[in-house]
Amino acid sequence: MVLDFVELSLRDYALLGQATGLNLDFSKIVPNIPFMLQGVGVTLAFTIVSALIGFAWGTILSVFKISTFKPLKWFADFYTSIFRGTPLILQLAIIYFSTPQLIGYAIPPFQAGVITFSLNSAAYSSETIRGGILAVDKGQREAAMTLGVAYPLMMWDIILPQAFKNILPALVNESIALLKDSSLVSTVGALDLMRRGQIVAAEKFIYFEPLIFVGLVYYVMVMTLTWVAQRFERRMRASD
Amino acid sequence: MIRTEFLCKSFGRLDVLKDISTEIKKGEVVAIIGPSGGGKSTFLRCLNLLEVPTRGRVYVDNVDITTPGVDIKKIRQNMGMVFQHFNLFPHKTVLENVTYGPCKVKHLSKADAEKLGLDLLSKVGLEQKAGVYPSRLSGGQKQRVAIARALAMQPEVMLFDEPTSALDPEMVKEVLDVMKELVRSGMTMAIVTHEMGFAREVANRILFLDSGRLAEDAPPDIFFTNPRSERACQFLEKVL
Repeated sequence: MVLDFVELSLRDYALLGQATGLNLDFSKIVPNIPFMLQGVGVTLAFTIVSALIGFAWGTILSVFKISTFKPLKWFADFYTSIFRGTPLILQLAIIYFSTPQLIGYAIPPFQAGVITFSLNSAAYSSETIRGGILAVDKGQREAAMTLGVAYPLMMWDIILPQAFKNILPALVNESIALLKDSSLVSTVGALDLMRRGQIVAAEKFIYFEPLIFVGLVYYVMVMTLTWVAQRFERRMRASD
Repeated sequence: MIRTEFLCKSFGRLDVLKDISTEIKKGEVVAIIGPSGGGKSTFLRCLNLLEVPTRGRVYVDNVDITTPGVDIKKIRQNMGMVFQHFNLFPHKTVLENVTYGPCKVKHLSKADAEKLGLDLLSKVGLEQKAGVYPSRLSGGQKQRVAIARALAMQPEVMLFDEPTSALDPEMVKEVLDVMKELVRSGMTMAIVTHEMGFAREVANRILFLDSGRLAEDAPPDIFFTNPRSERACQFLEKVL
Protein backbone atom coordinates (compact mmCIF):
# COMPACT_ATOMS: atom_id res chain seq x y z
CA MET A 1 0.00 0.00 0.00
CA VAL A 2 2.64 2.45 1.05
CA LEU A 3 4.79 1.45 -1.90
CA ASP A 4 1.87 1.93 -4.28
CA PHE A 5 1.30 5.39 -3.05
CA VAL A 6 4.97 6.37 -3.47
CA GLU A 7 5.04 4.90 -6.96
CA LEU A 8 1.93 6.76 -7.99
CA SER A 9 3.05 10.10 -6.71
CA LEU A 10 6.45 9.68 -8.32
CA ARG A 11 4.84 8.92 -11.64
CA ASP A 12 2.51 11.88 -11.37
CA TYR A 13 5.39 14.11 -10.58
CA ALA A 14 7.28 12.88 -13.60
CA LEU A 15 4.28 13.44 -15.89
CA LEU A 16 3.76 16.92 -14.57
CA GLY A 17 7.41 17.75 -15.14
CA GLN A 18 7.17 16.38 -18.62
CA ALA A 19 4.11 18.42 -19.47
CA THR A 20 5.65 21.59 -18.09
CA GLY A 21 8.76 20.86 -19.98
CA LEU A 22 6.83 20.16 -23.16
CA ASN A 23 4.62 22.95 -24.29
CA LEU A 24 2.84 25.16 -21.77
CA ASP A 25 3.06 28.73 -22.95
CA PHE A 26 0.48 31.22 -21.82
CA SER A 27 2.08 33.99 -23.88
CA LYS A 28 0.61 32.31 -26.95
CA ILE A 29 -2.91 33.30 -25.98
CA VAL A 30 -2.14 36.87 -24.93
CA PRO A 31 -3.37 38.36 -28.25
CA ASN A 32 -6.63 36.45 -27.80
CA ILE A 33 -7.33 37.64 -24.27
CA PRO A 34 -9.47 40.65 -25.27
CA PHE A 35 -11.53 38.39 -27.54
CA MET A 36 -12.10 35.93 -24.72
CA LEU A 37 -12.85 38.61 -22.14
CA GLN A 38 -15.63 39.94 -24.34
CA GLY A 39 -17.38 36.73 -23.42
CA VAL A 40 -17.63 37.91 -19.82
CA GLY A 41 -20.31 40.41 -20.85
CA VAL A 42 -22.23 37.75 -22.74
CA THR A 43 -22.02 35.28 -19.87
CA LEU A 44 -23.08 37.93 -17.35
CA ALA A 45 -25.96 39.04 -19.56
CA PHE A 46 -27.21 35.45 -19.73
CA THR A 47 -26.84 34.99 -16.01
CA ILE A 48 -28.39 38.25 -14.84
CA VAL A 49 -31.37 38.22 -17.20
CA SER A 50 -32.05 34.53 -16.51
CA ALA A 51 -31.61 34.94 -12.76
CA LEU A 52 -34.07 37.85 -12.62
CA ILE A 53 -36.72 36.20 -14.77
CA GLY A 54 -36.15 32.86 -13.05
CA PHE A 55 -36.47 34.46 -9.63
CA ALA A 56 -39.70 36.25 -10.52
CA TRP A 57 -41.24 33.16 -12.11
CA GLY A 58 -39.93 31.01 -9.28
CA THR A 59 -41.65 33.29 -6.76
CA ILE A 60 -44.94 32.93 -8.61
CA LEU A 61 -44.50 29.15 -8.73
CA SER A 62 -43.72 29.02 -5.02
CA VAL A 63 -46.94 30.87 -4.25
CA PHE A 64 -48.76 28.35 -6.48
CA LYS A 65 -47.19 25.58 -4.45
CA ILE A 66 -48.60 26.80 -1.16
CA SER A 67 -51.95 27.67 -2.70
CA THR A 68 -55.05 25.99 -1.32
CA PHE A 69 -56.36 25.87 -4.90
CA LYS A 70 -55.08 22.40 -5.79
CA PRO A 71 -54.75 22.71 -9.61
CA LEU A 72 -52.24 25.54 -9.16
CA LYS A 73 -50.22 23.40 -6.79
CA TRP A 74 -50.39 20.41 -9.14
CA PHE A 75 -49.22 22.54 -12.05
CA ALA A 76 -46.26 23.98 -10.13
CA ASP A 77 -45.23 20.57 -8.79
CA PHE A 78 -45.45 18.99 -12.23
CA TYR A 79 -43.52 21.88 -13.75
CA THR A 80 -40.73 21.49 -11.22
CA SER A 81 -40.55 17.74 -11.70
CA ILE A 82 -40.10 18.18 -15.47
CA PHE A 83 -37.29 20.70 -15.19
CA ARG A 84 -35.56 18.84 -12.40
CA GLY A 85 -36.06 15.48 -14.03
CA THR A 86 -34.36 16.19 -17.36
CA PRO A 87 -30.87 17.46 -18.24
CA LEU A 88 -30.44 21.18 -18.70
CA ILE A 89 -28.57 20.70 -21.97
CA LEU A 90 -31.51 18.71 -23.31
CA GLN A 91 -33.91 21.50 -22.34
CA LEU A 92 -31.69 23.98 -24.13
CA ALA A 93 -31.50 21.78 -27.22
CA ILE A 94 -35.27 21.36 -27.30
CA ILE A 95 -35.89 25.07 -27.05
CA TYR A 96 -33.17 26.05 -29.50
CA PHE A 97 -33.48 23.33 -32.12
CA SER A 98 -37.09 22.21 -31.80
CA THR A 99 -39.05 25.43 -31.45
CA PRO A 100 -38.26 26.52 -35.02
CA GLN A 101 -39.65 23.23 -36.25
CA LEU A 102 -42.74 23.70 -34.12
CA ILE A 103 -43.66 27.36 -34.61
CA GLY A 104 -41.48 28.36 -37.54
CA TYR A 105 -39.59 31.00 -35.60
CA ALA A 106 -35.79 30.73 -35.75
CA ILE A 107 -34.97 31.52 -32.16
CA PRO A 108 -31.62 33.29 -31.64
CA PRO A 109 -29.16 31.59 -29.24
CA PHE A 110 -29.43 34.36 -26.65
CA GLN A 111 -33.21 34.08 -26.43
CA ALA A 112 -33.10 30.30 -26.34
CA GLY A 113 -30.53 30.40 -23.56
CA VAL A 114 -32.37 32.96 -21.46
CA ILE A 115 -35.68 31.14 -21.85
CA THR A 116 -34.16 27.78 -20.91
CA PHE A 117 -32.18 29.03 -17.95
CA SER A 118 -35.06 31.15 -16.64
CA LEU A 119 -37.53 28.29 -16.82
CA ASN A 120 -35.02 25.89 -15.28
CA SER A 121 -33.84 28.21 -12.56
CA ALA A 122 -37.44 29.02 -11.63
CA ALA A 123 -38.10 25.33 -11.03
CA TYR A 124 -35.24 25.09 -8.56
CA SER A 125 -35.69 28.42 -6.81
CA SER A 126 -39.45 27.88 -6.43
CA GLU A 127 -38.62 25.04 -4.02
CA THR A 128 -36.19 27.25 -2.12
CA ILE A 129 -38.64 30.14 -1.94
CA ARG A 130 -41.45 27.84 -0.85
CA GLY A 131 -39.27 26.64 2.00
CA GLY A 132 -38.47 30.24 2.88
CA ILE A 133 -42.14 31.18 2.98
CA LEU A 134 -43.03 28.23 5.19
CA ALA A 135 -40.17 29.12 7.54
CA VAL A 136 -41.67 32.55 8.26
CA ASP A 137 -43.36 32.43 11.66
CA LYS A 138 -47.09 31.89 11.25
CA GLY A 139 -47.67 34.66 13.76
CA GLN A 140 -46.61 37.10 11.03
CA ARG A 141 -49.45 35.91 8.86
CA GLU A 142 -51.90 36.10 11.75
CA ALA A 143 -50.78 39.61 12.67
CA ALA A 144 -51.38 40.72 9.09
CA MET A 145 -54.73 38.95 8.97
CA THR A 146 -55.96 40.65 12.13
CA LEU A 147 -55.13 44.01 10.57
CA GLY A 148 -57.45 43.03 7.72
CA VAL A 149 -54.64 42.86 5.15
CA ALA A 150 -55.58 41.07 1.93
CA TYR A 151 -53.63 37.91 1.04
CA PRO A 152 -51.62 39.25 -1.95
CA LEU A 153 -50.59 42.35 -0.04
CA MET A 154 -49.65 40.30 3.00
CA MET A 155 -47.49 38.04 0.83
CA TRP A 156 -45.80 40.95 -0.87
CA ASP A 157 -45.23 43.24 2.12
CA ILE A 158 -44.88 40.89 5.08
CA ILE A 159 -44.11 37.29 4.15
CA LEU A 160 -41.92 37.43 1.04
CA PRO A 161 -39.43 40.05 2.33
CA GLN A 162 -38.78 37.87 5.37
CA ALA A 163 -38.66 34.70 3.28
CA PHE A 164 -36.13 36.20 0.86
CA LYS A 165 -33.95 37.35 3.67
CA ASN A 166 -33.86 33.83 5.10
CA ILE A 167 -33.03 32.16 1.81
CA LEU A 168 -30.57 34.73 0.46
CA PRO A 169 -27.59 32.36 0.74
CA ALA A 170 -29.51 29.69 -1.16
CA LEU A 171 -30.45 32.19 -3.85
CA VAL A 172 -26.80 33.17 -4.23
CA ASN A 173 -25.99 29.50 -4.70
CA GLU A 174 -28.66 29.32 -7.36
CA SER A 175 -27.15 32.33 -9.17
CA ILE A 176 -23.69 30.79 -9.01
CA ALA A 177 -25.01 27.56 -10.48
CA LEU A 178 -26.70 29.60 -13.18
CA LEU A 179 -23.50 31.52 -13.96
CA LYS A 180 -21.60 28.28 -14.48
CA ASP A 181 -24.43 26.48 -16.28
CA SER A 182 -24.66 29.38 -18.71
CA SER A 183 -21.55 27.90 -20.34
CA LEU A 184 -23.96 25.40 -21.92
CA VAL A 185 -25.06 28.08 -24.40
CA SER A 186 -21.74 27.50 -26.07
CA THR A 187 -23.37 24.39 -27.50
CA VAL A 188 -25.90 26.45 -29.45
CA GLY A 189 -23.34 28.89 -30.75
CA ALA A 190 -23.70 31.87 -28.41
CA LEU A 191 -20.36 33.64 -28.08
CA ASP A 192 -20.04 33.39 -24.32
CA LEU A 193 -16.85 32.99 -22.33
CA MET A 194 -16.74 29.22 -22.75
CA ARG A 195 -17.33 29.31 -26.48
CA ARG A 196 -14.65 31.93 -26.97
CA GLY A 197 -12.17 29.79 -25.09
CA GLN A 198 -12.96 26.89 -27.37
CA ILE A 199 -12.63 29.06 -30.47
CA VAL A 200 -9.20 30.23 -29.41
CA ALA A 201 -8.21 26.67 -28.60
CA ALA A 202 -9.29 25.41 -32.00
CA GLU A 203 -7.68 28.31 -33.81
CA LYS A 204 -4.29 27.96 -32.12
CA PHE A 205 -4.48 24.22 -31.64
CA ILE A 206 -3.64 24.60 -27.95
CA TYR A 207 -6.17 23.59 -25.33
CA PHE A 208 -4.65 23.89 -21.93
CA GLU A 209 -3.94 27.61 -21.86
CA PRO A 210 -7.23 29.07 -23.19
CA LEU A 211 -9.38 26.68 -21.17
CA ILE A 212 -7.43 27.32 -17.98
CA PHE A 213 -7.71 31.02 -18.64
CA VAL A 214 -11.47 30.77 -19.14
CA GLY A 215 -11.73 28.67 -15.98
CA LEU A 216 -9.87 31.32 -14.04
CA VAL A 217 -12.24 34.02 -15.29
CA TYR A 218 -15.27 31.94 -14.23
CA TYR A 219 -13.67 31.43 -10.84
CA VAL A 220 -13.06 35.15 -10.36
CA MET A 221 -16.66 35.92 -11.35
CA VAL A 222 -18.06 33.39 -8.89
CA MET A 223 -15.81 34.63 -6.08
CA THR A 224 -16.82 38.23 -6.77
CA LEU A 225 -20.49 37.27 -6.71
CA THR A 226 -19.98 35.43 -3.42
CA TRP A 227 -18.20 38.40 -1.90
CA VAL A 228 -20.88 40.88 -2.98
CA ALA A 229 -23.60 38.57 -1.64
CA GLN A 230 -21.87 38.24 1.71
CA ARG A 231 -21.63 42.01 2.12
CA PHE A 232 -25.23 42.44 1.08
CA GLU A 233 -26.32 39.76 3.53
CA ARG A 234 -24.42 41.39 6.37
CA ARG A 235 -26.17 44.68 5.65
CA MET A 236 -29.57 43.01 5.65
CA ARG A 237 -28.82 41.33 8.97
CA ALA A 238 -28.31 44.78 10.45
CA SER A 239 -32.03 44.94 11.27
CA ASP A 240 -31.86 41.76 13.37
CA MET B 1 -71.05 43.25 20.24
CA ILE B 2 -69.74 39.68 20.02
CA ARG B 3 -71.98 36.69 20.64
CA THR B 4 -71.21 33.01 20.33
CA GLU B 5 -73.80 30.26 20.07
CA PHE B 6 -72.89 26.65 20.73
CA LEU B 7 -69.36 27.29 19.55
CA CYS B 8 -67.41 24.05 19.02
CA LYS B 9 -63.89 23.55 17.78
CA SER B 10 -62.11 20.26 17.23
CA PHE B 11 -58.58 19.61 16.09
CA GLY B 12 -58.84 16.16 14.61
CA ARG B 13 -60.43 14.03 17.31
CA LEU B 14 -59.57 16.47 20.06
CA ASP B 15 -62.54 18.60 21.10
CA VAL B 16 -61.04 21.88 22.27
CA LEU B 17 -64.25 23.87 22.62
CA LYS B 18 -67.60 22.39 23.53
CA ASP B 19 -70.78 24.40 23.04
CA ILE B 20 -69.62 27.80 24.23
CA SER B 21 -72.48 30.28 24.27
CA THR B 22 -71.80 33.70 25.66
CA GLU B 23 -71.83 37.36 24.82
CA ILE B 24 -69.41 40.25 25.12
CA LYS B 25 -71.30 43.52 25.28
CA LYS B 26 -70.06 46.87 24.10
CA GLY B 27 -67.80 48.53 26.65
CA GLU B 28 -67.40 45.33 28.61
CA VAL B 29 -64.04 43.96 29.73
CA VAL B 30 -64.08 40.19 29.83
CA ALA B 31 -61.23 38.15 31.23
CA ILE B 32 -60.95 34.56 30.04
CA ILE B 33 -59.10 32.38 32.49
CA GLY B 34 -58.62 28.72 33.20
CA PRO B 35 -56.08 25.93 33.18
CA SER B 36 -53.68 25.41 30.25
CA GLY B 37 -55.25 23.48 27.42
CA GLY B 38 -58.69 24.52 28.53
CA GLY B 39 -59.43 26.24 25.23
CA LYS B 40 -58.99 29.90 26.23
CA SER B 41 -56.81 30.93 23.31
CA THR B 42 -58.80 28.86 20.84
CA PHE B 43 -62.00 30.54 22.01
CA LEU B 44 -60.46 33.98 21.55
CA ARG B 45 -59.11 33.05 18.13
CA CYS B 46 -62.55 31.86 17.06
CA LEU B 47 -63.94 35.33 17.72
CA ASN B 48 -62.08 36.79 14.73
CA LEU B 49 -61.96 33.53 12.81
CA LEU B 50 -58.23 32.95 13.11
CA GLU B 51 -59.59 29.54 13.99
CA VAL B 52 -62.65 28.49 12.06
CA PRO B 53 -65.21 26.94 14.41
CA THR B 54 -66.16 23.35 13.70
CA ARG B 55 -69.77 24.07 14.66
CA GLY B 56 -71.77 26.89 16.15
CA ARG B 57 -72.03 30.57 15.34
CA VAL B 58 -70.10 33.73 16.07
CA TYR B 59 -71.98 37.00 15.70
CA VAL B 60 -70.16 40.32 15.53
CA ASP B 61 -72.56 43.25 15.64
CA ASN B 62 -75.33 40.77 14.82
CA VAL B 63 -73.58 39.55 11.68
CA ASP B 64 -72.89 35.83 11.66
CA ILE B 65 -69.24 35.78 10.62
CA THR B 66 -69.18 32.01 10.20
CA THR B 67 -71.42 32.15 7.13
CA PRO B 68 -69.49 31.85 3.88
CA GLY B 69 -69.22 35.05 1.90
CA VAL B 70 -68.84 37.34 4.89
CA ASP B 71 -66.03 39.85 4.32
CA ILE B 72 -63.95 38.72 7.28
CA LYS B 73 -61.18 41.22 6.45
CA LYS B 74 -63.61 44.06 7.01
CA ILE B 75 -64.71 42.59 10.33
CA ARG B 76 -61.16 41.94 11.50
CA GLN B 77 -60.26 45.59 10.89
CA ASN B 78 -62.70 46.35 13.64
CA MET B 79 -61.20 43.81 16.03
CA GLY B 80 -57.68 44.51 17.17
CA MET B 81 -55.64 41.56 18.36
CA VAL B 82 -52.55 41.34 20.55
CA PHE B 83 -50.57 38.09 20.63
CA GLN B 84 -48.51 36.35 23.25
CA HIS B 85 -45.42 36.53 21.04
CA PHE B 86 -46.07 40.10 19.81
CA ASN B 87 -45.74 39.17 16.11
CA LEU B 88 -44.31 42.54 15.18
CA PHE B 89 -43.03 42.78 11.61
CA PRO B 90 -39.26 42.47 12.09
CA HIS B 91 -38.34 44.11 8.80
CA LYS B 92 -40.31 47.26 9.56
CA THR B 93 -39.51 49.99 12.05
CA VAL B 94 -41.70 50.55 15.09
CA LEU B 95 -43.52 53.41 13.38
CA GLU B 96 -43.92 51.41 10.14
CA ASN B 97 -45.40 48.57 12.16
CA VAL B 98 -47.99 50.91 13.61
CA THR B 99 -48.78 52.75 10.36
CA TYR B 100 -48.85 49.68 8.12
CA GLY B 101 -52.53 48.90 8.70
CA PRO B 102 -53.80 52.48 8.40
CA CYS B 103 -51.70 53.05 5.25
CA LYS B 104 -52.28 49.81 3.40
CA VAL B 105 -55.72 48.77 4.59
CA LYS B 106 -57.47 52.02 5.39
CA HIS B 107 -55.53 53.96 2.75
CA LEU B 108 -54.71 56.89 4.98
CA SER B 109 -52.10 59.28 3.61
CA LYS B 110 -48.58 58.70 4.90
CA ALA B 111 -48.64 61.97 6.84
CA ASP B 112 -51.97 61.21 8.51
CA ALA B 113 -50.92 57.66 9.33
CA GLU B 114 -47.65 58.85 10.86
CA LYS B 115 -49.42 61.46 12.91
CA LEU B 116 -51.78 58.80 14.20
CA GLY B 117 -48.90 56.38 14.72
CA LEU B 118 -46.78 58.81 16.70
CA ASP B 119 -49.80 59.77 18.76
CA LEU B 120 -50.43 56.12 19.66
CA LEU B 121 -46.74 55.48 20.33
CA SER B 122 -46.69 58.37 22.77
CA LYS B 123 -49.76 56.90 24.46
CA VAL B 124 -47.86 53.68 25.08
CA GLY B 125 -44.76 55.69 26.01
CA LEU B 126 -42.59 54.70 23.05
CA GLU B 127 -42.57 57.80 20.86
CA GLN B 128 -38.78 57.97 21.03
CA LYS B 129 -38.51 54.42 19.62
CA ALA B 130 -40.42 55.22 16.42
CA GLY B 131 -37.43 54.79 14.12
CA VAL B 132 -35.88 51.63 15.53
CA TYR B 133 -36.48 48.01 14.51
CA PRO B 134 -38.39 45.69 16.86
CA SER B 135 -35.26 43.61 17.52
CA ARG B 136 -33.89 46.56 19.50
CA LEU B 137 -36.82 46.55 21.92
CA SER B 138 -37.41 44.68 25.16
CA GLY B 139 -40.35 42.29 25.38
CA GLY B 140 -42.49 44.80 27.23
CA GLN B 141 -41.74 47.47 24.67
CA LYS B 142 -42.54 45.09 21.83
CA GLN B 143 -45.90 44.30 23.34
CA ARG B 144 -46.71 47.97 23.81
CA VAL B 145 -45.88 48.55 20.13
CA ALA B 146 -48.12 45.61 19.24
CA ILE B 147 -50.95 47.22 21.20
CA ALA B 148 -50.35 50.51 19.40
CA ARG B 149 -50.35 48.69 16.07
CA ALA B 150 -53.71 47.08 16.84
CA LEU B 151 -55.16 50.39 18.06
CA ALA B 152 -54.03 52.13 14.87
CA MET B 153 -56.88 50.46 13.02
CA GLN B 154 -59.22 52.19 15.49
CA PRO B 155 -61.02 48.98 16.36
CA GLU B 156 -64.16 48.76 18.44
CA VAL B 157 -62.97 45.73 20.33
CA MET B 158 -59.55 44.47 21.36
CA LEU B 159 -58.65 40.81 21.80
CA PHE B 160 -55.65 39.97 23.97
CA ASP B 161 -54.16 36.49 23.79
CA GLU B 162 -51.99 36.06 26.91
CA PRO B 163 -50.29 39.42 26.34
CA THR B 164 -47.94 39.13 29.30
CA SER B 165 -47.17 35.40 29.28
CA ALA B 166 -43.97 35.72 27.24
CA LEU B 167 -42.60 38.64 29.25
CA ASP B 168 -39.98 38.83 31.94
CA PRO B 169 -41.68 39.52 35.27
CA GLU B 170 -40.42 43.09 35.54
CA MET B 171 -41.97 43.96 32.18
CA VAL B 172 -45.45 42.72 32.92
CA LYS B 173 -46.51 45.88 34.72
CA GLU B 174 -45.73 48.28 31.88
CA VAL B 175 -47.96 46.26 29.56
CA LEU B 176 -50.76 45.89 32.10
CA ASP B 177 -50.62 49.65 32.74
CA VAL B 178 -51.19 50.33 29.04
CA MET B 179 -54.09 47.89 29.07
CA LYS B 180 -55.60 49.54 32.17
CA GLU B 181 -55.41 52.85 30.36
CA LEU B 182 -57.32 51.24 27.52
CA VAL B 183 -59.96 49.96 29.95
CA ARG B 184 -60.39 53.48 31.30
CA SER B 185 -60.95 54.76 27.75
CA GLY B 186 -64.00 52.49 27.56
CA MET B 187 -62.65 49.98 25.02
CA THR B 188 -64.45 46.67 24.71
CA MET B 189 -61.89 44.01 25.57
CA ALA B 190 -61.55 40.25 25.74
CA ILE B 191 -58.41 39.18 27.56
CA VAL B 192 -56.98 35.70 27.92
CA THR B 193 -54.68 35.99 30.89
CA HIS B 194 -52.97 34.26 33.77
CA GLU B 195 -52.72 37.51 35.72
CA MET B 196 -55.46 36.89 38.28
CA GLY B 197 -54.94 40.16 40.12
CA PHE B 198 -55.25 42.07 36.89
CA ALA B 199 -58.34 40.14 35.81
CA ARG B 200 -60.01 40.79 39.12
CA GLU B 201 -59.15 44.47 39.00
CA VAL B 202 -60.22 45.39 35.48
CA ALA B 203 -62.71 42.80 34.29
CA ASN B 204 -66.46 43.20 34.41
CA ARG B 205 -66.86 39.49 33.87
CA ILE B 206 -64.77 36.38 34.19
CA LEU B 207 -65.18 33.48 31.80
CA PHE B 208 -63.69 30.33 33.26
CA LEU B 209 -62.91 27.73 30.60
CA ASP B 210 -62.03 24.20 31.59
CA SER B 211 -61.65 21.24 29.23
CA GLY B 212 -63.38 23.18 26.49
CA ARG B 213 -66.45 24.03 28.54
CA LEU B 214 -67.54 27.38 29.84
CA ALA B 215 -67.53 26.27 33.46
CA GLU B 216 -68.24 29.67 34.92
CA ASP B 217 -69.40 33.08 33.76
CA ALA B 218 -69.54 35.52 36.63
CA PRO B 219 -68.51 38.98 37.84
CA PRO B 220 -64.99 38.88 39.33
CA ASP B 221 -66.10 39.48 42.91
CA ILE B 222 -68.37 36.48 42.86
CA PHE B 223 -65.99 34.31 40.84
CA PHE B 224 -62.96 34.91 43.03
CA THR B 225 -64.72 34.72 46.39
CA ASN B 226 -67.50 32.28 45.80
CA PRO B 227 -67.09 30.17 42.64
CA ARG B 228 -69.91 27.78 41.88
CA SER B 229 -68.03 25.00 40.14
CA GLU B 230 -65.80 22.46 41.79
CA ARG B 231 -63.20 22.90 39.04
CA ALA B 232 -62.99 26.67 39.54
CA CYS B 233 -62.46 26.15 43.27
CA GLN B 234 -59.56 23.81 42.59
CA PHE B 235 -58.08 26.16 40.03
CA LEU B 236 -58.29 29.20 42.31
CA GLU B 237 -56.77 27.26 45.18
CA LYS B 238 -53.70 26.64 43.03
CA VAL B 239 -53.24 30.09 41.51
CA LEU B 240 -54.21 32.43 44.34
